[in-house]
Amino acid sequence: MIAFDHVVKRYPNGREALAGVSFSIAAGEMVFLTGRSGAGKSTVLKLIALIERPTRGAVRVEGKNLGALRSRHIPAYRRSIGVVFQDHRLLVDRPVFDNVALPLVVAGFPLKETDKRVRAALDQVGLLGKERTLPLELSAGEQQRVGIARAVVSKPRLLICDEPTGNLDRDLALEVMRLLKRFQSVGVTVVVATHDLRLAQQPGERTILLDDGRIQGRGEEEPLPSIVASR
Amino acid sequence: MGLATYGTRHAQALVGSLGRLARSPFATFLTVLVIGLALALPLALQMLVGNASRATGGLASAVDVSVYFKPAAPLEKVRELAADARARAGVAEVTVISADDALKEFQKYSGFGAALQALEQNPLPNVLHVRPAADAMTPADLDRLVRYFAAWPQVDTVQVDAAWVQRLNAILAVLERVLLIAAVLLGVGVLAVVGNTVRLEIHQRRAEIEVVKLVGGSNAFVRRPFLYTGVLYGLAGALIAWGVVGAALAVLEGSVETLARLYGSGFTLAGPPAEEVVGLLGGGAALGWVGAWLSATRHLRRIEPRG
Repeated sequence: MIAFDHVVKRYPNGREALAGVSFSIAAGEMVFLTGRSGAGKSTVLKLIALIERPTRGAVRVEGKNLGALRSRHIPAYRRSIGVVFQDHRLLVDRPVFDNVALPLVVAGFPLKETDKRVRAALDQVGLLGKERTLPLELSAGEQQRVGIARAVVSKPRLLICDEPTGNLDRDLALEVMRLLKRFQSVGVTVVVATHDLRLAQQPGERTILLDDGRIQGRGEEEPLPSIVASR
Repeated sequence: MGLATYGTRHAQALVGSLGRLARSPFATFLTVLVIGLALALPLALQMLVGNASRATGGLASAVDVSVYFKPAAPLEKVRELAADARARAGVAEVTVISADDALKEFQKYSGFGAALQALEQNPLPNVLHVRPAADAMTPADLDRLVRYFAAWPQVDTVQVDAAWVQRLNAILAVLERVLLIAAVLLGVGVLAVVGNTVRLEIHQRRAEIEVVKLVGGSNAFVRRPFLYTGVLYGLAGALIAWGVVGAALAVLEGSVETLARLYGSGFTLAGPPAEEVVGLLGGGAALGWVGAWLSATRHLRRIEPRG
């Protein structure tokens, strides 16, 4: 599904965020990217969402080399994935329904289908009945769930989440993780970037530890806390 | 995307644009007012040129030939020659002005009535006013006509009154050029006003645009509401321009009628005809669309989602 092949990302200010990173993620997998702030987690997600392009190396999603994708094809690619951000990125002057419907409106879905899918997505995240509510009238956890509903409403095969629990307390964070796990269980590939090691160590899920733009561990050989402790 | 869905999405973009304009009525009013005044000037000039052409009517294309007879030429002979001239090809109308009639008219309008009565005999000659046919006004046609009249032994002088017509036509041509220049310059001004307003709106809605692009919105999709905003600005500006010119017309109408009456004319000012109003509204909307398109295309390309 996703393959990073010796990917280097250097920003215009000279900072090297990724220094030759290689890994792959299979379809239907749930993978956690973890590491401290500035380790390169968000850069990995930006490359997958085509917000950035690699300086060197190749990023492939479903066989497509994203670095070579023409600008005019980027919107169509972005419509095929779902993105969840820590700060939700909701349109605060639009009700929940409009926020969740946005990817469908952009993709030109018929009105009836849009209505049906939005209600289904809100039902999945437990917010059915809040369609007319403005985002700022919701709690942080509810806002994050609106963000998740927006990311999954168009039924993407790939869901990427950047610190989706960053602003939430432990209970809400676990609730969001359970929600993401539910999407993975129906075949969606889920990539979650989080600095929270405890959250990243979900039973049966793979974790990639990044530090200073390099992969320091994949959580397959030994538990991550010991990798971190040994450094 | 189905046609109904496509139409609905456009309608939503239009309603959204209307809503955004309505939410900041004062700023919207100021922008529309500037556009309206910019469009009103060429419209007013067009109306001025139109009314000037109408006021001068056929005069602008009329060339008179005045045939002055010798004092000894009797009026009967003049009338006889006038009848011959009427039968000639290339002559539209021949009017006989007898020396007596000319004197009476001169006494009436010149203000020298008493002085003229002191004269022992009428110093004015019999005159023919000849209006050539519309298709016989080339210099060669006029020259032939002059030679025809000059060949009569009773004729003293033949004068072609074309200079003032040429001046009038030149003035109208200058006004039309001024109108064209004003329309182009003010049209560019409207593009700049709409473009800058759209630029500011794009700047204000940057976060929203980033989100829309993040979920797969293309530049064309993001641009759509801004194009409707531009069209609405242009259309509203054109309506203001129509209103301004209408108001100016209402203010001037009475004075112009009085002035025309004093010159013995029934001339009244006419507002812009329907096709000009349609052109104004269409032109305003088109300028708004182009201004918004240029600005949105330029600025939206620079906005990409942040991570």
